[in-house]
Amino acid sequence: MIGRALLWLVLTFGVATPLALVAAIALGEAAEGIPPVRFPWNGGAATDSLVLIATDPFYVGALLSSLEVAALTAAACVALAFPMALGIVRARPGPRIWLLAAVMLPFWTGFLPRMGAWIGLFRDSGWINGVLVEFGLPAQQMLYTDAAMLVGMVHAYLPFAVLPLFGVLLRLDPRLEEAAADLGAGPVARLVTVVLPQAAPGIAAAFLLVFIPAAGEYVIPELLGPPSATLVGRVVVQEFFQNRDWPVAAALSLGLLVVLLPPLWLYQRLGTQG
Amino acid sequence: MRRAALCFGLAFLWLPVLLLVGYAFSAARLPFTWGGFSLRWFGALLANERLVEATLLSLRVATGAASLAVLLGGGIGWVLARHGRFRGRALFGALAAAPLVLPEVVTGLSLLLLAVAVQTLTEGWPQRGAGTVLIAHALLAGSYVAVLVQARLASLDPALEEAARDLGATPAAVFRTITLPLVAPALAAGWLLGFTLSLDDVVVASFVSGPAGTTLPIAVFSMLRLGLTPEVNALAALLLLTAAICMGGAAILLRPRVVAPKAEG
Amino acid sequence: MSLLQVEGLTVRFGGAAALDALDLEVPEGAFVALLGGSGSGKSTLLRTIAGFVAPAAGRILLGGVDLAPLPPERRPLHMMFQSYALFPHMSVADNVGYGLRRAGAATAERIRRVGAALEMVGLEAFARRRPAALSGGQQQRVALARALILRPRLLLLDEPLGALDAALRERTGAELRALQRATGSAFLMVTHDQAEALALADRVAVLEQGRVIQQGTPRELWDRPATRFVAGFLGAANIIEGVALADGGVDCPALPATLRPAVPHGKPPGSPVALALRAERIGFGDEGLPAVVTEATYRGGASLLTLRTSGGAVLRALWPEASGPAPEHAVTLSWEPSALVPLA
Repeated sequence: MIGRALLWLVLTFGVATPLALVAAIALGEAAEGIPPVRFPWNGGAATDSLVLIATDPFYVGALLSSLEVAALTAAACVALAFPMALGIVRARPGPRIWLLAAVMLPFWTGFLPRMGAWIGLFRDSGWINGVLVEFGLPAQQMLYTDAAMLVGMVHAYLPFAVLPLFGVLLRLDPRLEEAAADLGAGPVARLVTVVLPQAAPGIAAAFLLVFIPAAGEYVIPELLGPPSATLVGRVVVQEFFQNRDWPVAAALSLGLLVVLLPPLWLYQRLGTQG
Repeated sequence: MRRAALCFGLAFLWLPVLLLVGYAFSAARLPFTWGGFSLRWFGALLANERLVEATLLSLRVATGAASLAVLLGGGIGWVLARHGRFRGRALFGALAAAPLVLPEVVTGLSLLLLAVAVQTLTEGWPQRGAGTVLIAHALLAGSYVAVLVQARLASLDPALEEAARDLGATPAAVFRTITLPLVAPALAAGWLLGFTLSLDDVVVASFVSGPAGTTLPIAVFSMLRLGLTPEVNALAALLLLTAAICMGGAAILLRPRVVAPKAEG
Repeated sequence: MSLLQVEGLTVRFGGAAALDALDLEVPEGAFVALLGGSGSGKSTLLRTIAGFVAPAAGRILLGGVDLAPLPPERRPLHMMFQSYALFPHMSVADNVGYGLRRAGAATAERIRRVGAALEMVGLEAFARRRPAALSGGQQQRVALARALILRPRLLLLDEPLGALDAALRERTGAELRALQRATGSAFLMVTHDQAEALALADRVAVLEQGRVIQQGTPRELWDRPATRFVAGFLGAANIIEGVALADGGVDCPALPATLRPAVPHGKPPGSPVALALRAERIGFGDEGLPAVVTEATYRGGASLLTLRTSGGAVLRALWPEASGPAPEHAVTLSWEPSALVPLA
């Protein structure tokens, strides 16, 4: 019981309080000082920052383009992960565990080094351009483009999508497909009428599992994307460190949380159903 | 079709990584040209005092954060698995899981605001730096450990602990001789996970560390923004290998054990 | 005096009573089987005796001592769990020696007794293996050795043969019986398998909805089931419905016949009476109740016949030879008055 009280204290202090502080700062107004905020009770603006991020085209645009990039990343990850997961599930049990390990190992191993590898591939004097030049083709500008950023995002988040799909496909009874075949369904019909409907919760979970963290991504756009890719993660950092406008950074963080609530709720529901 | 997709996916995941590791051993300055096998860039790393300092700092922070996370996450996992439906359980679980789902920038920003608030109240303490990064990483990694420990405890046959009681073990002895050894793999895997997480985190560390707390990921990140030099390449390869070893270890610790009896002969 | 006395034991989960004022006795050195379906409360009874469930009312006495104040680890009885609950991180020898280690036995003593216990169950060669490397039958014997090494006066067994396949069950059951005789410990075994209970136990108690509804020797239960539930649970019995007559007979319009059981039913005239009649006690002859065969099933050396009497009742009877009368065949049935058992 004493232990539980202590853990309550840690969680309140370490998780709840910081989030409450974000909300509190969002109600303040940027000012000189430490911290550089004037609170409403000291005459600072109350909802100016919140109104600003909800109406100003720059901030609204940052939120929207973050959602767009996250959705594109999630869709690409699911599209690639689904046949991969199916391939792993259909492999013999011996190699299956190794295939799964090969997909999951990058899940956690050095996110930064992997982005470094893409810089090496994409940059002007990089590995891809080296191959192009070798074959007499003109070198391309690839680094710092939207495409490079998306490739990096898919690379980073692909394992997130494989895992729930693997789980749902593994539980699928192979005899259902055999029964469908027995009743005259071809490979495509089997996929569409038997496999996909049953894998639907896994597909949704895979999409959300990529979408949610991708929406707030900061490092990948910073390293691979163009300066014009003003995603919300980047804007938060910029407002906070460069502009020292803490209230706007905090308000934008709140905005990100609010737009992520529906997908989080959906993911939670999928989890309790499965 | 699915085999082709699997091959493409695995190549997509692994080729860049293998290229990076391979070229860490190339003597040439230009990444695309292979200049013969060489360890010169690793030597250059060792000579870079700033990087060596950042590495040592990161190793200390990661070790401390992982250890603290095991204590914290172990306790949270235990409460979630064993305390039943106590009042506020839903809130407790949500707070424990929040760091898993919050965007990194939000976690980083919120923890920085906490540090500033405490500093304001105590007039200067704690100084932002390695210490604040360690605590932030411990909170973050603690959530992962809690998930692992809770799952492990939930998968244990409750009859094991009852059998030990029945054979004369006091509750304390049951914990020491049965529960703890059976949860140990999850704790060890959680430690490795926390260690890797701390060695890989840029965003949260950037927020909560002051100028005195340049961890290795922060240093690597700022170097990568300028491009991929052979030194960073070598460093990235080292980081990758460390993480791969840690995660391989965690995977082995967490592999499902075969407990079903063998078929009758 | 009995070794174990359970008096008025009541256990509630939420509002529902899992055990309802249950009484049970286990004599010193006896092998008692608790027979019941799922949800009858049989496992709850074992767990309450072992100390894992706190009763709402009633007493549990072991050798005259009330167990209520003792936590599970201080109760002088041990339990063999249905899942065996072998510690996966310990060798077979460490599993078997766990209780001795907790009791603070000297190392030499422990090694000697673990060796003896493993020898008793024929697993000396497996001392250093992990439980996961053993077959189901071997795991079962490790669990048994681990509980018996502490020489409990009473061993509780929760479905000890439940996880084994049919071929292994019979052999293991006989071994269990032999071990019980050799050690002299009293066994209280929970099972849902009537054949197992009847074959192994000295006494059988039948549980239904948290109460013991009948206890006795296997023979008594087989020949004289007390209730419709016991008769049904022990299997292969016909239950004939009728109305009590003033002279002690039972009028059964469905046969139709007036039956006269050897044991009086003791019901007032006009009230309903149910009689049990085992299939193998029905004879075939020239005189008696006419019936028509509706179905014949081969039962290895005998045929199980389903019969319809002229009153419309359906009876099952055992034809003692492999090739019996075919469906549509007319037969005549008869039985001894002692074969008819009035049910409560």
